[in-house]
Amino acid sequence: MSTDGNLVEVEHLTKRFQVKQGVFARGKAEVHAVEDISLTVRPGETLGIVGESGCGKSTTARLMLRLLDPTAGRIRFDGQDISHLSQRALRPLRREMQMIFQDPYSSLNPRKTVGQIVGSPFVIHGEKKAKSRVQELLETVGLSPEHYNRYPHEFSGGQRQRIGVARALALSPKLIVCDEPVSALDVSIQAQVLNLLRNLQRDFNLTYVFISHDLSVIRQISDRIAVMYLGRIVELGDSESIYEHPKHPYTAALLSAVPRASSSRRERIVLSGDVPSPIAPPNACVFHPRCPRFHKGHCDVERPELRELASGQQAACHYPLERWPMTDDEIRQAEGVVREDRPHLEGVAHD
Amino acid sequence: MSSSERLLLDVRGLTVRFPTSDGVVQAVSDVSFKVSRGETLGIVGESGSGKSVSNLAIMGLLNRNRTLISGEVRFMGRDLLTLPSNQLRQIRGKDIAMVFQDPFACLHPMYRVGDQIAEAYLAHSDGGKDAANARAVELLDHVGIPKAKSRARDYPHQFSGGMRQRAMIAMALVHNPAILICDEPTTALDVTVQAQILELIEAVKREFDIGVILVTHDLGVVAETASGVMVMYAGRVMEYGPARDIFERPQHPYAWGLLDSMPTVERRLEALVPIEGSPPSLISPPSGCPFHPRCPYRFEPCPVDRPPLIRPEVEAHLDACHLPWDKKVELGAKRSINRVEDAA
Repeated sequence: MSTDGNLVEVEHLTKRFQVKQGVFARGKAEVHAVEDISLTVRPGETLGIVGESGCGKSTTARLMLRLLDPTAGRIRFDGQDISHLSQRALRPLRREMQMIFQDPYSSLNPRKTVGQIVGSPFVIHGEKKAKSRVQELLETVGLSPEHYNRYPHEFSGGQRQRIGVARALALSPKLIVCDEPVSALDVSIQAQVLNLLRNLQRDFNLTYVFISHDLSVIRQISDRIAVMYLGRIVELGDSESIYEHPKHPYTAALLSAVPRASSSRRERIVLSGDVPSPIAPPNACVFHPRCPRFHKGHCDVERPELRELASGQQAACHYPLERWPMTDDEIRQAEGVVREDRPHLEGVAHD
Repeated sequence: MSSSERLLLDVRGLTVRFPTSDGVVQAVSDVSFKVSRGETLGIVGESGSGKSVSNLAIMGLLNRNRTLISGEVRFMGRDLLTLPSNQLRQIRGKDIAMVFQDPFACLHPMYRVGDQIAEAYLAHSDGGKDAANARAVELLDHVGIPKAKSRARDYPHQFSGGMRQRAMIAMALVHNPAILICDEPTTALDVTVQAQILELIEAVKREFDIGVILVTHDLGVVAETASGVMVMYAGRVMEYGPARDIFERPQHPYAWGLLDSMPTVERRLEALVPIEGSPPSLISPPSGCPFHPRCPYRFEPCPVDRPPLIRPEVEAHLDACHLPWDKKVELGAKRSINRVEDAA
């Protein structure tokens, strides 16, 4: 355990991927997948990471598990610096960190039985694979021990995801990273899996890093939330504060864009345009080209740092929202806002 | 215009069966609905509930040799199911257009976006190539693609997901269709882009005074855009009525189940109430009410008799459930109290 009791500490983490560009792929460019991220995961909590596709949420999680090597920055797991450990040195730590994947169809080997799949962590880590332990795990996740000799294709999507959960639980890990674990499931089944994850957390005191693009799922499962945009954390704080009074305009726009099944009407903040390319992210504040509160000469010049606000959460914005809900016009009418034009659509891949 | 003149599509008893080596898949059974101008009908249901197949049947996109289709699909007075395929081709893509889920798979990667839209124009028009190109640019501009003239010369990979979906909508609008069928139009898109596309579909509907069928699994999307909602399960209609009524006073236990199992951004619920079990096989669907094996309120008649889709009360909307009306009211009230307590 580290001194302040965090399970994972990430400091100034950066990951860039080299890509080739241009005719005959002679040009080189870098995708800024994750830029200067710092966050902590406390034991027993669920940290939700939310953002749109390409915002770097999966890359962040993979870096935390050292499935990718960081370009810069530091990762501490359970008090130990793992940023540059060799794969061999990582091996004993691997049993403490497990992952549940998005697609229950491609993340299970179709030629192995459920018993082999759920038992494989024991084999990999040199433990004796006891049939009774695997069957116990199957029962824990709501499957029947008789399923031991069946193959994945005999199960529905929800049941397959349960198999994935059983496999992740096998070695009683300290950290489980769930990468969009319910996105491929229908709502009625999604609720079953979310409830299962929550009950397991309570029973085994698990720590989750939960990645999703679905804001309602994140609200349901997370204690704290990191909102990401273009590789950076734009807002970080406990779930209640972020959903009840978002401070960053991007968080607000995200929340207002979610369609709701309740009859209450509200105004929607419609962001114009698309997310810019992570190959050439905008200067200073990455959100400024789409931000309704854009202040010329400030937001496009100086990068806002993630700073603590009076409400308790942290936001990376020079002009955080004063209150919530606010309408689109109220946000735009904030003092000093110069954006009257609604910025135009810009294509991601257009150059 | 009278209401009958505004009626575009009248589907009656639509039934689709796929014979396979494992048995006959009863994909859609006895589905009836209507779509008028200026109306958005939301069709919701989980995967395999028959929502997409119903629309493919309407569009005549199912292979007639391998599929058994019965019922009636009346489009402006003509039955599309009995129309010879050359006449159907005159209507499909012209008067009834479709937008699919995956904008990445629906555009040909090797052709310019503008040319693909122009091709759709030429399929039903004798206008020349220049007229087609002009129409493509006009529509791209209309759906909110900036610098439409130069972007029309782009290839699909140069467009983002949202822009591709805009291009697909432009393509669907080429001949001013009367009905636009959108099959999961925003499922592949991020929420902020989803909001843009839903607003675009709504704007297009109002401007051209057309009817829209919106197929989705996302109840939120339907609640925000649809005027009428049809809830499907195992190929059958469970509940059908005005969107407001369905969301404020749902009548069918399956609709309750769907709404209660859905997390919300508005608050953290004490616990989600999942629907137990999983959807049935359509080769051997349950007897009686198809939902009965998963229904917490089932009683004697449910496994035996299939409940008809009827209006259980004068003020109610259509549902297919055996529960007596006062029982539904009581359970519905209890359900909304639970929701309110949760909120407090």
